[in-house]
Amino acid sequence: MPRTIQEINEKIKAGKAVVVTAEEMTELVAKKGVKKAYQEVDVVTTGTFGPMCSSGMYLNVGHTKPKIKLGGGTCTLNGVPAYTGIAAVDIYLGAGKLPADDPRNKIHPGEFRYGGGHVIEEFVSGKDIVLEASAYGTDCYPRRELMSWLNIKDVNEAVLFNVRNAYQNYNVAVNLADKAIYTYMGILKPKLGNANYCSAGGLSPLMNDPLYRTIGIGTRIFLGGGVGFVAWQGTQHNPSAPRTEREVPTRSGGTLSVIGDLKGMSPRYLRGVSMCGYGASLSVGVGIPIPILDEEMALFTSVSDEDILAPIVDYSEAYPQAKPDILGEVSYRELRSGIITIDDKEIPTGSISSLSRAREIAKLLKEWIEKGKFLLTEPVERLPGKESGITFKAFRERPVEQ
Amino acid sequence: MISRRVVLYFPSELIDQPIISNTVKRYNLEFNILKASIAPPEGGLLVLELQGGKKDVGEALAYLKELNIRIENLSRDITRREDACVHCGVCVAICPSDALVLNTTNGEVDFLPEKCVACELCVKACPYAAMEVRL
Repeated sequence: MPRTIQEINEKIKAGKAVVVTAEEMTELVAKKGVKKAYQEVDVVTTGTFGPMCSSGMYLNVGHTKPKIKLGGGTCTLNGVPAYTGIAAVDIYLGAGKLPADDPRNKIHPGEFRYGGGHVIEEFVSGKDIVLEASAYGTDCYPRRELMSWLNIKDVNEAVLFNVRNAYQNYNVAVNLADKAIYTYMGILKPKLGNANYCSAGGLSPLMNDPLYRTIGIGTRIFLGGGVGFVAWQGTQHNPSAPRTEREVPTRSGGTLSVIGDLKGMSPRYLRGVSMCGYGASLSVGVGIPIPILDEEMALFTSVSDEDILAPIVDYSEAYPQAKPDILGEVSYRELRSGIITIDDKEIPTGSISSLSRAREIAKLLKEWIEKGKFLLTEPVERLPGKESGITFKAFRERPVEQ
Repeated sequence: MISRRVVLYFPSELIDQPIISNTVKRYNLEFNILKASIAPPEGGLLVLELQGGKKDVGEALAYLKELNIRIENLSRDITRREDACVHCGVCVAICPSDALVLNTTNGEVDFLPEKCVACELCVKACPYAAMEVRL
C-alpha cells in the first residue's frame, strides 16, 4: 500500500514520522533492502550547498517622502547596481552583478571580491547597506536623488528568488591547455593539473527524486536557512539528459527555480562568492524533503555517490567553444576519493560544493520535520519530465544585417 | 636534519650580495626558494625552506640576523578565517604541499600550517576569501 503525503504529515504532527538523511537512507537500503526501508522510513532529507548563479533578491524598499520612482532611473546597493525597471520602489539585485568601478578582468585574473552575492550576504545578516538612487522625476514621483542606509528589517519585502538552483548533476572541469585557466569551476591548473566538481552527489535533492515525482511546483523546501518553495522548473531545466538505469542523469539534468522570505534566512547558508578571473556569485543552501510514498521512492533515495556519473569536460576548449566532447565519465565516489585517473594520469580533485554543509542542511531539515516544525507538500504541478521532450537548447544566432 | 620555513626581509643595501649562496655553503644547508621578490628601494623578500643539521640551521639564521636581515617563521603567514571557510575543498586540489587536505572522517578541510609553503594559491582560489596572507 503506497503512503500519501497527508498520512506522512499526520505522523509528523504526532511526532511519529521516521525521518532519515539521504546518506542514512543509502546505508539503510544497503543493509535491509528497499522493501524494509520503505516500510520503516517516511521522509528522506537532502541537502546541497554551493555557488548557485542565477540567484538574487528582490526588495520593496517602501516609498520615500517625497516619493521617488526608481524605475527608469538607477539604483545601487553598497555600490552594486540593482535592476529598477519593474516599478517605483521594487528592485532586484542579481548575485553576479558587479560595482561599476570593479576592474573586472582588466588585470587578469580579476579578484571579484565584492558583488551582488556579497551584498545579499551582508543584507541577510542584518548589516546596514547603502542605497543610492537617482531618477528623472515625474509629477507624481518628484524626487530625483536618494542616498540612505537600508536595513532588512525596514523594507516591506525582502525575497530571495533564484531562477536556476540545485542542478541535478554537473560537469567535472579540467584543463587540457598548457596554461592555467580561471573559470566558474575554479582555478584549473594546466595539463590536467586538477579536476573540480560541484554537486552534493548522493545527498543532492534532485539526485534522490530523479524523475521529479515528489519535487514539483509549490514544494516547501529549506532555502538559505529559512523556508522557501519551488517556484518553477529552473532555467536550462533538461529532463531529457541521458540517464542511468536508476534514472539518474549523467549530464546536467533538471534544475529548480526557488523562492523564499529572505527575512527568515541566515548568512550561514547564503554566502557571497568570488571566483578568481570569473566573477561574483552566491552560495545557496537548499534542502528538500522527499516523502517515501512507495518502494520506488525508497529505491531512488538510496542512490549513492557510486551510482552517479558525471562527465569530464575540458574548460580550455570544449566548454568555451560549446563542443559536446567529453573526456569520459567518473563517479562521485571516485571524485570524493581525492584522485581520479584520466589516461593513466592521476589527477587531484577539488569540490566546489561543500559536502559538510550539505550534510548539516540535511540534518537540520530532518530535525525540523522530527520536531513537527516543517510539513511536506503535495506539488501543485509536476515539473516537466523526460516525457516532455524539453531539452537544453543552444542560442539560435541569426545575424542582423546592418 | 631539520627543516625550517622562513621569510627573510632584506634591507636594500644587501640585495646585490650573494648572501644565500654564502650561507648555504658555510653551514652546509640545502634550500628551496618558495618565493622571492626584490623591490628596491624597500629591499627584498625571500621565502625559503632550509634543511640541514639542527645546529647548522640555528647558526645560519643567527648569521643572517647579524647581517641585519629580519627573519620570521613562515607558518604564521597564511591563516584561515575559520568562520569564513565552508569546507568545500576547492583549495585541496590546488595546494602543492598538502597543507590543505580533506578529512575523510568528517568531510571537512584540515589546514596544516606546518606544511604550508605560503605560495598563496589558496588565497586566490578560495571563493569565500577565507585564506589570508599576513606578512
